[in-house]
Amino acid sequence: MARLSSHARRILAMWLVSTAVAIPLIIWVLGPHLPPGDMTAEASDQTSANIVLTAVCAPIVLLILVYFGYALVVFRASGGQIEDGAPIRGHAPTQTLWLVLTSATVLALAVWGSLVLVVSAHGAGGGQGPNPIDPPAGAKEALQVQVIGQQWNWTYRFPGYGAIETAHLDLPADRLVEFHVTSLDVTHSFWAYELGVKADAVPGVDNIAFVHTRKPGSFSIRCAELCGLWHGHMYQTGQVVSTAGFASWMASEQKAEALNKKYLPPYSGHYYPEPQRRAG
Amino acid sequence: MRRLVRLNLRTAIAFGIAGFFLGAWVGREIAAGHDYLIGTDQDDVAVFMGFLFATIGWLAGLGFFNYPVSRLLGRPAGYPVEEAKGTARYFRMSTDHKVIGIQYFFGVGAFFLIGGLNAMLIRTELLTPNEKAFPAGQYLTLVGLHGTMMIMMTSAFILGPFGNYFVPLMIGARRMAFPRIEAMTFWLTPLAGLVLMSAIAWNGFPTGWTGYAPLADQARAGMDAYIFAFMLIGISLCLNGLNLMATILTMRAPGMTWTRLPIFVWGVLSTSILMVLASPVLLAALLMGMLDRTANTGFYLASTGGSAYLYENLFWFFGHPEVYILALPGFGIVLEILPVFTRKPLWGYKLAVAGMLGVAFLSFFVWQHHLFVSGINSTLRPFYMLTTEMISVPTGIIFLNGIGTLWLAKMRYTVPMLFSLAFFFNFLIGGLSGIFLSDVPSDVTTHGSYFTMAHFHYTIMGGLVFAFFAATYYWLPKMTGLVLNEKLGKIHFWTMFVFFNLTFFPLFAAGFLDMPRRVSTYAPHLQVINDLVSSAAFCLGISMLIFVGNLIYSLVFARIPAEQNPWHSRGLEWQVPTPVPLHNFDEIPEITGDPYDYGVPGAPPVARLRPASAPARAR
Repeated sequence: MARLSSHARRILAMWLVSTAVAIPLIIWVLGPHLPPGDMTAEASDQTSANIVLTAVCAPIVLLILVYFGYALVVFRASGGQIEDGAPIRGHAPTQTLWLVLTSATVLALAVWGSLVLVVSAHGAGGGQGPNPIDPPAGAKEALQVQVIGQQWNWTYRFPGYGAIETAHLDLPADRLVEFHVTSLDVTHSFWAYELGVKADAVPGVDNIAFVHTRKPGSFSIRCAELCGLWHGHMYQTGQVVSTAGFASWMASEQKAEALNKKYLPPYSGHYYPEPQRRAG
Repeated sequence: MRRLVRLNLRTAIAFGIAGFFLGAWVGREIAAGHDYLIGTDQDDVAVFMGFLFATIGWLAGLGFFNYPVSRLLGRPAGYPVEEAKGTARYFRMSTDHKVIGIQYFFGVGAFFLIGGLNAMLIRTELLTPNEKAFPAGQYLTLVGLHGTMMIMMTSAFILGPFGNYFVPLMIGARRMAFPRIEAMTFWLTPLAGLVLMSAIAWNGFPTGWTGYAPLADQARAGMDAYIFAFMLIGISLCLNGLNLMATILTMRAPGMTWTRLPIFVWGVLSTSILMVLASPVLLAALLMGMLDRTANTGFYLASTGGSAYLYENLFWFFGHPEVYILALPGFGIVLEILPVFTRKPLWGYKLAVAGMLGVAFLSFFVWQHHLFVSGINSTLRPFYMLTTEMISVPTGIIFLNGIGTLWLAKMRYTVPMLFSLAFFFNFLIGGLSGIFLSDVPSDVTTHGSYFTMAHFHYTIMGGLVFAFFAATYYWLPKMTGLVLNEKLGKIHFWTMFVFFNLTFFPLFAAGFLDMPRRVSTYAPHLQVINDLVSSAAFCLGISMLIFVGNLIYSLVFARIPAEQNPWHSRGLEWQVPTPVPLHNFDEIPEITGDPYDYGVPGAPPVARLRPASAPARAR
């Protein structure tokens, strides 16, 4: 390769210095604040994905900013005259290098993302449909929780506890949870922010998402798919509590919901509601 | 008929309204015998039939049926005689591509401003964490109208005005391949805008621009307006794409080889491929939605054996190429403008062409990234993650072209150049934030949140709309024959660039802090961000008014005639006189050089405008 011109050397130096400053800042200063935190294993995986992606994007942003900034200052016409620039039509080594570098980055990101998704995070907390390809180890013993979306609230059924229905969601800490998300009317999306769970609630579909809770705390639950008038009001706060706390919460819920139980339809992966045409 | 009544916009509106009531009556007669339609307080069949007849009336009122009818009656064919001057020609059907370009510019621009006004109202509501300014239903209608209007109108934002006006001029043709179809693609667009806005008369629609079933099945008659308006736009896009494609493939002047084709025309060609292939899928999706609402079918209803996923897949099979229908013309514009103001050849021309065609090709293989958490077959997620991330390779090529073209340049900071440079900055942020959304673990956090919303506003507004303004300041002097005020243009640019970024960058943070899209109620701790965003958004709105003021000042009051080639461009479109004569070129020109040979010693002129009279090549 030919010797780099002084322009290229300066740009390269500025880029290297700014990247060397930016990446540690992203990882150690910004990183801990990136969502969704570390309440569950899946949330940690998402947080580290967000940190890695920000760190990968930083050199690209800086390259463009440094280059354009330099070019805007240096490669400008002097005065109001119209002068011609250097008639360069291309530079094959640069073009090849660029294509190789971008392709390699993209392939690396895709391979890494797939590995996180399938091997380490087991679906990364996202809804995987009725037949998850990569259930985590110990899925058979997971706590089953059915999440039912309807306009405009969430309710929960626990098939392992007599299929009772509750209006709030408490989960035990350090436990694998298997969410079965479904809907009674239109498409919703169950978004438990700090848990790192997002799964669409679709009528007639049992959408499964796994999450491994770690430590106690509260998490917010929202609807992430437009579902009509009070979409923004499908908002709850759930709790991750200790195993003993969960047992006592469940006991009190079972007592409180005992009367309601006989009005509930039999537990099912999904329910076929009557079609709702035109609110009339 | 044409001799009795002057057919123009007035007759179109009159016939359209008459058609609506006739159609609504027909629809009520059809629906009268069907039980399932009784018991609702509205009649979707009547609304759809009304829209259908209104469309026929609108087109008849403009004179679109005169030609086929006179051919059926055995009368001779012929183009309507065009008047070269006067503003009345902009308000009737015209087959002159230059008139249609200007019709598109002002027609689509007006609806763009309406869509922008909706955004201002949305930001007003979001000043407070609870419903204050609008009831929830009205807020959702505003969101839906803003989104749908913007997607519908910005699909034609560059190809409409500049594609129709400049593609024939840039390839050395006197007209487009199908001038009547060209006229129809335009006249369907304002009709679609009016039909969409009529949703307000039926209490709006709740679905946003995506129109997801089964919420759409549940919605009231405003949904019919959404479905019909989007269908009209689908037809318009498909026809526009066919027309542009046929023009570029068949009507290039002698010597206009594929490697001399201006890069903007390549952008238009790759976009038109997407338009032709993607919009029929939208039509199919909407047609099934229409049948669900009128004929009691159950395509999208799980309880009758249908599936909501059918709509989601069909919609995004259109919807993702659609976002490249918005982006690719922008790539074409900025790469067309950079060489002019750097006084350099376009760096890596062939690579840029490959990049655009690569984006067009890949855009059909990525749509399920919108459905990563929807519960469809999760086996496919790594595949769609790969294809989605791969699309950044051809997109990255466009950045490399920009980098190479700026290298050792002699840049002039004119207004079109400033907008083109800002395009790269905005699209960089828009594109890189897309990487988060394409990575499934990160998408679980960001999907359906304000992060997504900020991402696509950076690509569409930061990309397409900035490119639109670059093209406007670059080409409007040729289109109108009048100079646009440079100082107002620079004020417009700086206010728009600064407040665009202040509006949308904080929304990435709002999304990271768990604010879902399309809500009118949000967590109180997000109020600071939202108030900051709203204030910036209002200033962004004011910057649009500066542009409108500039247009009015320059085109109505100042009226300074533009030079033939004010930017000293080599482009063929600048070699014809200003204003452009009715048939563009006296003779079909012969292309003799590369459009970007700036500073190349001994470069031939781009074209011989009178090849027949040139002594060397007698015919």
